[in-house]
Amino acid sequence: MSARYSWGGDEFVFVELAEEMSLQANFKAVAITNLLRDERPDGILEICPANASYQVRYDPDVLDPHTLLAHLKDIETRVGDALGVTLPCRVVEIPVLYQDPWTTETLMRFRDRHQDPDATDIEYAARINGFAGVEEFIAAHSGSPWFTSMVGFVAGLPFKYQMVPRERQIIVPKYVRPRTDTPKQTVGYGGCFSCIYSVRGAGGYQMFGITPAPIYDPRQTKPDFTEHKVFMRSGDMVKFRQIDRDEYDDLQATAEAGRYRITARDVDFDLQPFLDDPDGYNKRLLEVLA
Amino acid sequence: MSEPANGSSAPRTTIEVRKPGLSTTIQDGGRSGYYHLGIPPSGALDQYSLAAANGLVGNDTDAAALEIVYMGPELAFTGPAVVAVAGAGIAPRVNGSDRPLWESFEVADGDVLDFDYLKDGARAYLAVSGGLDTRVDLGSRATYVIGSLGGVDGRPIAEGDVLPVGAGGAGRPGLVVPSDLRPAMSKDVEVRVVMGLYDHRLTDKGRATFLDTTWTLTPVADRMGFRYGGGELETVDREPPFGAGQDPSNIVDAPYPIGSIQVPGGVEPIVLHRDAVSGGGYMMVATVISGDLDVVAQSAPRTRTRFVEVDLETALGIRADRRRRLAALHDALS
Repeated sequence: MSARYSWGGDEFVFVELAEEMSLQANFKAVAITNLLRDERPDGILEICPANASYQVRYDPDVLDPHTLLAHLKDIETRVGDALGVTLPCRVVEIPVLYQDPWTTETLMRFRDRHQDPDATDIEYAARINGFAGVEEFIAAHSGSPWFTSMVGFVAGLPFKYQMVPRERQIIVPKYVRPRTDTPKQTVGYGGCFSCIYSVRGAGGYQMFGITPAPIYDPRQTKPDFTEHKVFMRSGDMVKFRQIDRDEYDDLQATAEAGRYRITARDVDFDLQPFLDDPDGYNKRLLEVLA
Repeated sequence: MSEPANGSSAPRTTIEVRKPGLSTTIQDGGRSGYYHLGIPPSGALDQYSLAAANGLVGNDTDAAALEIVYMGPELAFTGPAVVAVAGAGIAPRVNGSDRPLWESFEVADGDVLDFDYLKDGARAYLAVSGGLDTRVDLGSRATYVIGSLGGVDGRPIAEGDVLPVGAGGAGRPGLVVPSDLRPAMSKDVEVRVVMGLYDHRLTDKGRATFLDTTWTLTPVADRMGFRYGGGELETVDREPPFGAGQDPSNIVDAPYPIGSIQVPGGVEPIVLHRDAVSGGGYMMVATVISGDLDVVAQSAPRTRTRFVEVDLETALGIRADRRRRLAALHDALS
């Protein structure tokens, strides 16, 4: 598959690496943008990797658009299929209270915008994906890690793609019409992506639960945020861990006291061995959380 | 309120907010380098008018000023200042007496500045000599409400806020932007775009509809995006790619350029502006050239809008013209 390049006005180049979502397409986006960041020619303003695409914002008064385009195509050639690339990543654990009272209250307020007004979001998602029930669905959602394929939409919101073969991917449509409200730190789902809402606001993703872990801190008063306002990065591999209400309350109290630390470990990630044996690779990967 | 960035014992002019206006925010040239984290550039939607207002009071082009949309605030000054208003036709008044737009003037300790009704355009910029000296987040004072960044505690100004003015203002009253350097404000506008991104999702007919329709700006027009009504774009039939979603306008969630025009469901194109969501799952079919984002910024609801296709080389030529116009503005005010 060859990338598709397009101008986004006079300041952006948009590059689609694949029409459909795959871990390999995302891996290429991360690998290409990492190289561009290292080689950063003068005049580059923004480098934004996304799920199966990326964009660059540049100042055409400093950097000729056609010179930049040639550079991007050269990097594409060098990265190739990205199978030989090793990415420095993190394994991150995010505790989740599924079917929590706050997202449940919110979803009940917006039943008129939902495909299945008589079910909750997670009941609907479990049913259309062929799971026997919600507990089996939660086991699948929290059973394998998720690769952070894009950070954005709003400040610090991670999109995550599950590290399982395509036939085991969960697919859930977004709401028929978006909500005007979503609690902060809601664990959501749309298409083939999980997300964590970093801030309260509008949203169209299905709501499955909530995490006590803060992932955005604009004032940088919390211990995970001394260097950055945003916790999640492209390439973070997130393991959701189901927690009960008692543990949620404990962790939430810790978060409110400004002492919550997200568990994160540095690892190297190689695509080919993962594609050869996803379950075995994930098992070894998650040992760093033990 | 926020503390001034550099504390000094000399008394500083401050501005007390008596009435905030509709949605008045502190904006500047914006921030760069955080869009990959979902943090957009923000900053004045009409950068040319911001530059004009700042130039009139002797500030740097991208100093922090108030962006006023549709309805102005009421402000009380605690000391003397030189100020100017540029952009939309929202004329200022001092203690009830009219003051001109596009011209610097003085206010004294205790003066109250408020605004007449909006006559044309949508957004005016009030610059104060010395600039507004509010919090800096990620290199900018620009307010980004969703992310609680910049401005006053990351939000629009509110009654009771006290806005500090920077020291060392070199403004003088009576400077005027010549009429040929003031942008025209119209209810019929042309916005130049570079086609591309996902425009291959449109049929020839859908593409022609996009470029031939006179679109009307809806009331959904804010710092994040401007939504237009007037037609439905025909899309090419396809088998949805994995992860894209069933609607013909869906794509695998991708990054959104500032100025990109997305068309959810094939209806009501949305021009993303400087508080854009940084990505999402709707096809974009074109991007507004950077200079014409100022034209979009001055569009009020019901503005009739044509999207006019230009190629990249033409867009770069227009960009060079705009740079010369900014240089002429600078010369006229120095």
